[in-house]
Amino acid sequence: MVKTVLLFSLSGLLIFSYRAKSADIPSPASPLPDPPNEKAVSDKGIGPIKEVKLGSIDQSLVKKGKEIFDTKCASCHKLEERYVGPPLKGVTKRRKPEWIMNMILNPAEMEQKDPIASQLLSEYLTQMAFQNVSQGDARAILEYLRSVDEK
Amino acid sequence: MLGKKKKLLIGGLLGLLVGVLLVGCQQKKETMRTEVGTTDVASKVYVPPGKYDEFYAFLSGGFSGQVSVYGLPSGRLINVIKVFAQDPESGYGYTPETKPMLMTSHGFIPWDDSHHTELSQTDGVPNGRWLFINANNTPRIARIDLFSFVTKEILEIPNTAGNHASPFITPDSKYITAATRFSIPIPQKDVPISSYAENFKGTLSFIKADEPGKMDVAFQILMPGFDYDLAHCGKGPSYGWAFFTCYNTEQAYTLLEINASRNDKDYIAAVNWKKAEEYIAQGKYQEMPTVYYHNYWDEKKHMAFSEVKKSVKVINPKECPGVVYYLPTPKSPHGVDVSPDGEYIVGNGKLATVIPIHSFSKMLKAIEQKAFEKEVDGIPVLKYDAVLHCEIQKPGLGPLHTEFDGKGFAYTSCFVSSEVVKYDYKSGKVVDRIPTYYSIGHLMIPGGDSTKPWGKYLLAMNKITKDRYLPTGPELFQSAQLYDITGDKMQLLLDFPTIGEPHYAQAIPADLLMKNVIKIYPLAENEHPYAVKAEKDAKVERKGNEVHVCMTMIRSHFFPDNIEGIMVGDTVYFHLTNLEQDWDIPHGFAIRGSDNAQILVMPGETKTLVWRPKAPGIHAFYCTDFCSALHQEMQGYVRVSPEGSNVPLKYYTGTPITQK
Repeated sequence: MVKTVLLFSLSGLLIFSYRAKSADIPSPASPLPDPPNEKAVSDKGIGPIKEVKLGSIDQSLVKKGKEIFDTKCASCHKLEERYVGPPLKGVTKRRKPEWIMNMILNPAEMEQKDPIASQLLSEYLTQMAFQNVSQGDARAILEYLRSVDEK
Repeated sequence: MLGKKKKLLIGGLLGLLVGVLLVGCQQKKETMRTEVGTTDVASKVYVPPGKYDEFYAFLSGGFSGQVSVYGLPSGRLINVIKVFAQDPESGYGYTPETKPMLMTSHGFIPWDDSHHTELSQTDGVPNGRWLFINANNTPRIARIDLFSFVTKEILEIPNTAGNHASPFITPDSKYITAATRFSIPIPQKDVPISSYAENFKGTLSFIKADEPGKMDVAFQILMPGFDYDLAHCGKGPSYGWAFFTCYNTEQAYTLLEINASRNDKDYIAAVNWKKAEEYIAQGKYQEMPTVYYHNYWDEKKHMAFSEVKKSVKVINPKECPGVVYYLPTPKSPHGVDVSPDGEYIVGNGKLATVIPIHSFSKMLKAIEQKAFEKEVDGIPVLKYDAVLHCEIQKPGLGPLHTEFDGKGFAYTSCFVSSEVVKYDYKSGKVVDRIPTYYSIGHLMIPGGDSTKPWGKYLLAMNKITKDRYLPTGPELFQSAQLYDITGDKMQLLLDFPTIGEPHYAQAIPADLLMKNVIKIYPLAENEHPYAVKAEKDAKVERKGNEVHVCMTMIRSHFFPDNIEGIMVGDTVYFHLTNLEQDWDIPHGFAIRGSDNAQILVMPGETKTLVWRPKAPGIHAFYCTDFCSALHQEMQGYVRVSPEGSNVPLKYYTGTPITQK
């Protein structure tokens, strides 16, 4: 019990120090911005993606998504087993497509403000990295994850 | 910039603070100008947490061999750029990728003495693209890329000893200068030192600088055997000329302190490099055999390559009239500085009691009218009175260097009397002076040697520190001082320690530079031959006694993290690729018994550590740069077996893979 409390307070400290490191830095001309009041009002997460229209699975997008996943995601995520991050099989059934893309594109803010993402951080303790992907790349990764869950 | 309201608020708060602190202290009504700690001064250098400095300042590291980057006005050290010295912290100069950068005709050189930083310019204004710096001891010039703050190119300068008058740039960045401070036989010869006058020569070099990866010695000018000390290039009307100071016109070769200080005047060499180009085009040069290295960084391959050059074009002023003239200048001149409008040439005579200012237009007239007092080795010496604009009377003792504020004033450092003197260089009138602590060498005003100085601040780089900081034994860091030069009177704002011995510095407004600075190396563009861009591609391969480990790192594990089948006698190359694509997430790599430093690998970068295991057993390696909550878990093992063992090569993270 004592150990758990200790671990939690330590992890709190650690998370705090990471936030400071990866926080968005304002431009020198502008004063520090007030923290945005954006709350997770929906299960779509927080970030640039507001609406995703899903059609039937696009195989060429799946192929592109798998390539990106293998280089930029697979170091931390496996499909079937817990690794650095959670296993991703079934994620498209668990979460909204907008949430998945916002997590890929905006992980730091998601971990701070989205209740599910911040819960996952406290469980796994390694911050999800932004891997320099475009919105198009994130959409392709989503398509790949959908194809995995269709099987 | 702070808003007015904020300034008032901060000022008020600081005032309150200081007020509270001063309660009970007897305060004099009149504060001395040199007294720091007033609210006014504090607010001028205070950069609140989370805010940026106004200027990037690049200070040479002197005998540290590197370049230190400071923010001004705060005086905060924000980076150290690795240039001429090995750096065990990052692996610079230890890794196979970076070692070629330090290759010279003398072999691998792990250290140098870097003196003068110089920003690239467009139309005479620093453009934030590159920073050049000279190596004084084993003569070289480096180009630092200011998008990544990484040394991208180093060119050795042949026929040179003590490359001090370097790397001063033309307003269009076409050329940078180099020169021999110490004259030597050219080409080298085994002769008695006492045959100096007969055998020793100097060279002035013009280095092509405007194409990255293509630096080269355009041409050299063979000069009489004096000591060529500092330089600056002309601009505006004097564009196409460059000016070099020289001392030791006595041609002393021992006890120079006395023997080279006898003559009342030495010279500034005025070089018409445009005319030199014409002579080159006409073929009036000698192609002299020599050996020098050109090292450049391949940005895609993440590694440096060396090429050896075998000859250089040399011009002899005797055969090329009109290329060089000597301007007599009292006495052992050190710095030579050209006013922003390109008309005035300030000679800083170390031992002179005045500061002479030459006029470029008078110089042209004197050349036209052949107002020569004599010739030295075919180089006409112009009459002092014919080229002199004015002499600054009683400036201070030991004037060394001059910078300009763009408002008609020049600022000269005076080493012996430890002060900066401010004067109107057109009228010759001294208007202000202020002490420095102590023995100032170079000084720097942002843009102070350009056509459009930004002014505002002056940075004094002092040679003696003594009692400025908490004592640290015999060795003290050198002190820098920041002054406000916006008013009629200079005001001391800040003291801060520096790394090595900053000689010269340059500064540039932050907003001109920071928008271009890169944050990561994109993995997709990484063409390092041993890069692996996905964990599934990581591998270990044996080639005879060489083992290449192509390893990935990401928060917070290595792939592979267990390796077996290494033997004593192997040379193991750990090629580490950092798979992160997020700003400021480097990973480090160290292994027990590494006699090759460690490596710090930036996001998307590949770097190599070479390791020669000396004894059988299990050796641990780990990440040295705290990367996540599970950083302490970022570790691995290498099993080393005796030479000639048959332990199979095996590597994995989590699941074993055996080499097919």
